[in-house]
Amino acid sequence: MSEKLNDLAAHLTARHGDKITASIAFGELTLWVALDQACALIADLKDDPACRLNMLVDITAVDHPDHPERFEIVYMFLSMYTNSRLRVKTRVGEEEMVPSINEVHPSANWLEREIFDMFGVIFSGHPDLRRILTDYGFRGHPLRKDFPTTGFTEVRYDEVQKRVVYEPVKLTQEYRQFDFMSPWEGAQYILPGDEKKAG
Amino acid sequence: MDGDIRRNAYDDGTQDAETGEQRIRNFNINFGPQHPAAHGVLRLVLELDGEIVERCDPHIGLLHRGTEKLMESRTYLQNLPYFDRLDYVAPMNQEHAWCLAIERLTGTVVPRRGQLIRVLFCEIGRVLNHLLNVTTQAMDVGALTPPLWGFEEREKLMVFYERACGARLHAAYFRPGGVHQDLTPELINDIETWANEFPRVIDDLHGLLTENRIFKQRNVDIGVVSEQDILNWGYSGVMVRGSGFAWDLRRSQPYECYDEFEFKIPVGKNGDCYDRYLCRMAEMTESVSIIKQAITKLRAEPGEVMARGKLSPPKRAEMKRSMEALIHHFKLYTEGFHVPAGEVYAAVEAPKGEFGVFLVADGSNKPYRVKIRAPGFMHLQSIDYIAKGHQLADVSAIIGTMDIVFGEVDR
Repeated sequence: MSEKLNDLAAHLTARHGDKITASIAFGELTLWVALDQACALIADLKDDPACRLNMLVDITAVDHPDHPERFEIVYMFLSMYTNSRLRVKTRVGEEEMVPSINEVHPSANWLEREIFDMFGVIFSGHPDLRRILTDYGFRGHPLRKDFPTTGFTEVRYDEVQKRVVYEPVKLTQEYRQFDFMSPWEGAQYILPGDEKKAG
Repeated sequence: MDGDIRRNAYDDGTQDAETGEQRIRNFNINFGPQHPAAHGVLRLVLELDGEIVERCDPHIGLLHRGTEKLMESRTYLQNLPYFDRLDYVAPMNQEHAWCLAIERLTGTVVPRRGQLIRVLFCEIGRVLNHLLNVTTQAMDVGALTPPLWGFEEREKLMVFYERACGARLHAAYFRPGGVHQDLTPELINDIETWANEFPRVIDDLHGLLTENRIFKQRNVDIGVVSEQDILNWGYSGVMVRGSGFAWDLRRSQPYECYDEFEFKIPVGKNGDCYDRYLCRMAEMTESVSIIKQAITKLRAEPGEVMARGKLSPPKRAEMKRSMEALIHHFKLYTEGFHVPAGEVYAAVEAPKGEFGVFLVADGSNKPYRVKIRAPGFMHLQSIDYIAKGHQLADVSAIIGTMDIVFGEVDR
C-alpha cells in the first residue's frame, strides 16, 4: 500500500513539479497546492490516465482563526480504477474566493454550498450558492471557531400569535465548556488569587 | 390528442391551435417535508409539466442538529453516540468509522475477538438497513405487506443489539480499541439460530416482490445510473453496484478482518431501481453468510474484546485493588484520552455506501474538526439529474432506492 502511494506521489511530483508539495502520513497522500492552481490541478487529476482520480469523495474546510489565511479547503478524491485515494489541500483567507470546481465535478455543488453555509467561504463560478443545511434566513456561519455552540436565536411556537417565533437564546444555565488542561502545564487562564503574579 | 400538452410545429409553418385551457404553465408543487415517501423530512420543490418532473430542488437541513459543531466541544468518547444518531437505521456501522479513525491516529490494534464482533454487528446492521430500505421502498410503490414482514425481522435483530449493549438503536457499542463488552455464548447461539431461519424470510420477500408485476412496472428502467453518473456524482455502495461495478470497500480497501471472510459482491446489470433492489436482496444473503462465518470464528477464538491501554477502561476487578487503575478510570471518563495531532480519513462500507470520517486532531482530548461524509448526501444531490423526465410517482421510487435517511444527510 505504501509503495503504491510513494509511486503515486512520485508521479504527481514529476508531472506537476514545484506547484505541489506531497506528503504521506497515516497511509494517506496529501498534496498542498496554491489556491490559484487548485482548479487546474483537480481538472488534471481527473484526466491524467496514470492516476484516474476522477471521483470527488468530499470537500470540506478547517477553520484556523489565528492563521493569516484562515481556511483550509480539503478536497478528497478516489479512483475506483486504480483503487487509490488522494487529498488536495489549499488555503484561503477570509476575504478571498475559491474557484468552484463544479464544472469538473458536478458533485461539488452541494459540498461547496455546505462550506459556504458553514464557513462563509465564497466559491466563484458556483451556479447556485445558497445555504443548504441551516434554516431559511439563518445568519452567521456555524462551523467557524468564533461562532458559539449555543447559537444566537432560538425557535418556539407562540400560543398567542399562533406561529413559530424566533427569539434571542435564553439559557437558564450558562453553557459549560470544560477545560481539561492541567493548571500546571499550558493553562491559558489565571486562577483566582494568582492575578498579581500574572500582572 | 386531447391529453397532449405539447405544441407541435409543422413543415408548412403552422402550429397546433391551443385553447385557453391548453395554455398551461408548468406547475410547482411542494413534496414534503411531511410525506411518508420522503423517508424523513425532505422538502422537494418539484416543477411539473403535466406529470413529468422538469426540475427537482431538494431543500434539506430540516433535521440538521449541528453534529460536527457539537463534536468539537466534546471528548472523543462522548462523541461516539452522535454516530448512532446519524444513520439511525444501521447505527453500529457509523460508530465503526469513528473508531477506525481514532485507532488509526493512535495506532491501536484491535484484538482479534473485538474485530470479529465488529464484523458480526456490521453485517447485522447491513441486514437491518436493507430490510428497512427494500420493504419501505416497496411501500412507496404500493405494497403494504413487505414492511410488515420486514419489520418483524428487524425487531429480532434489534433485540440482538439490545442483548449486546443494552439499547435497541443507539448502541454506543463499538469503542475506540474494540467493543464495549463480550458477547455471551447464548447470544451467539441465538444469532446463529436466526441466521439459519432468516433465508426463508428473504425467500418470502422475493416471493412478494421480485416477480410482482406492479413492483416491476414501478421499478424497471426507472432512475438508470451509468458509469459516468457514478463518477460525476460521487456515488457509492449499492448505487454503484447496481450498475455492474463490483466496488465494495470491504473487498477493495479491507478494514478489520474482512479480507479473511468469503463473500460475493452482488452486482446489477442495468443500473435501474429494480437492479438496486435485487442487489440489496442478494447482499442480505451474503451478510447472513458472513454472520455465520463470524460466529464459527467467534466460538473458536475466545479472548479480549478491547485493547487494554489508555483508550479503554481498566477491568472492574483491577479497579478494586489498584489505585492507578482507579485514577485511570476516573481520568478516562472525565478528561478522556488524548489523540496525537494529525489528520486521517477513515471510510467504511456502510449499508448505504461509503461512510467516511475526516478527523483533524490537535493533540488534545477533543477533535479539532470532524467532517462526516454521508453517502446519502451525495446521492440526494443528484436527484434533480436522475428524476428529470420521470413521472411524479417515480420520484418516490427513486428516493426509496437511493436509500436516503435524513439523520445522515442533514447531520
